Amino acid sequence: MITFRDVSKIYHVGGEEVRALDHACMQIEQGEFVGIVGPSGSGKSTLMNIIGCLDVADEGEYILDGQSIEQYSERELARIRNHKIGFIFQNFNLIQKMSAEENVELPLIYQGVSSAERKRRVKEALERVELGKRSRHKPSELSGGQQQRVAIARALVTEPSLFLADEPTGNLDSRTGEEIMRLFHELHDQGNTIVLITHDEKIAQQAERRIAIFDGHVREVAE
Amino acid sequence: MIVQSIKMAWSSIASNKMRSFLTMLGIIIGVASLIVLVSIANGATGSVTDAISSMGNNLLTVTIQDDKENPLRLSELSDFVDETNISMAAPIAQASVTAKSGYTSEDATAYGTTGPYYDIQGLELAFGRWLKKSDVDNNTYVVVLNAYAATQLIGRTSCVGESIALNGKKYEIVGVLKEEENSLSSESNERLEAYIPYTSLTRLADNVLYVTSFYAASADEKSMDAAENTLTQKMLERFGNDEEAFTIVNQSAVMETMQSVTNTLAWMLGGIAAISLVVGGIGIMNIMLVSVTERTKEIGIRKAIGAGRGSIMAQFLIEALMISLMGCLIGLGLSAVILKIVSFFVTDMSFSISPQVVAVAVGFSAFIGVAFGIYPANKAARKHPIDALRFS
Repeated sequence: MITFRDVSKIYHVGGEEVRALDHACMQIEQGEFVGIVGPSGSGKSTLMNIIGCLDVADEGEYILDGQSIEQYSERELARIRNHKIGFIFQNFNLIQKMSAEENVELPLIYQGVSSAERKRRVKEALERVELGKRSRHKPSELSGGQQQRVAIARALVTEPSLFLADEPTGNLDSRTGEEIMRLFHELHDQGNTIVLITHDEKIAQQAERRIAIFDGHVREVAE
Repeated sequence: MIVQSIKMAWSSIASNKMRSFLTMLGIIIGVASLIVLVSIANGATGSVTDAISSMGNNLLTVTIQDDKENPLRLSELSDFVDETNISMAAPIAQASVTAKSGYTSEDATAYGTTGPYYDIQGLELAFGRWLKKSDVDNNTYVVVLNAYAATQLIGRTSCVGESIALNGKKYEIVGVLKEEENSLSSESNERLEAYIPYTSLTRLADNVLYVTSFYAASADEKSMDAAENTLTQKMLERFGNDEEAFTIVNQSAVMETMQSVTNTLAWMLGGIAAISLVVGGIGIMNIMLVSVTERTKEIGIRKAIGAGRGSIMAQFLIEALMISLMGCLIGLGLSAVILKIVSFFVTDMSFSISPQVVAVAVGFSAFIGVAFGIYPANKAARKHPIDALRFS
């Protein structure tokens, strides 16, 4: 599903070369629930950007679903993000002036799905995160937990091959965080692949498998 | 996709009503001034050309300055008429006379002419008949009045058969002209005019004997130049090859000059209005740049969930285009209202908005929207998703 072969990402800060990722190798299989843990500044965000096809590695090879990502144009990367990846961010990243259902509908619009089909799938997705009754609310009218559930609905509406969550519980209190985590477990039980990036060991421990990142180096965490 | 972009653009415009309206205002004023100025220029052109063409498009006016001791006689005038180029010729001479009817006495202008004058000038009768050849040949005391003279002297226009006195001589009214609609000056509708046989005028006025001025009509408008050439040739033969002896004014040439002047005027006014449209376009660009910066985060989110450059570009471009086209639409409405008000005050011109001007206004607004929207839209489309997402 996901293969990293000696992936490096290099930034130049003040004339100095900084390797945010240094020859990272890893393998994530279809249907796995993987937690990626690391302190801030460890290269987590860079890893997430590359897995999410928001950025491209400078060295090495990243294979998603059997496709090597490096040779793709920006337009093709947008298409891959649209079809294969469901993002869930720490700060939800919903468009504030759009209602919950409009936010969930957006990726389907970019896929070119017909209007009737969109309506049906948006309704279904919002019901799956138990927000069917709040579909017309704006993000500002929803609680943090509800906003994150809208974001999850937006991710799952396209039936992506990979759910990529970046600190999804970081802005939530622990009880709401648990609710969100329960949703991830549900998604996992339905056979979805989930990659959850966090600095919180307790959250990471809920995953089947853990990968640690430190100073740009990636290694498996043994149980 | 396009439908979605239009919806998104609309919601973005609607969510910032005041700002969108102020941005549109530049375009509104630009379009309104373009339409109003060009329509007024066209209206002026129309009324001027109508006035000129009402005098006949195939009219040549000949004035003799130097008769070389061999003045042109009335009987010679027919020599200038030929079958191919010049269809008619009529002399014209005028004298100030006192017109009397009963106890009413007014100053009037008496015009001495012949039958063809009626057709050459494109006159229209309200009552009676025009001067006949026999009137000229027998120097009959008959008169055709204009509508104003008839109402001033007799009190009504249906006065055929009655008589008036011009400088004491009794004339029978045989016809009354219609009131002129398209006239260069409204004056001729407020002046007493009496048309009498040329031969009759020579007796009435001391200074009129020979023909010093006459009108000629070409066979049709197309043969104006040929007619002018023929006439010039004949006049040169008649007056010893002296070009200074006479002048010929070509009505269609006057018309062309007039039209080119008013066209230039329309272009100039349109150009000034176009400048204000360009300024409006700069306003759009300015506000679109602000909008792109404000919505950096939104652009990041859209890109993360799969919007390509094309869709982001389309979204912002359509927004700019919608602002300018909505402004254009409001501007069109506004100009229609302004022209209605103007035509309420200025009654003797017609200010219709021509479809061409509307097409130009819409086309130019669309061009402005795209031209000034493309830079901000491109700026939005090129934003890197990671940087855009980090923006707060």
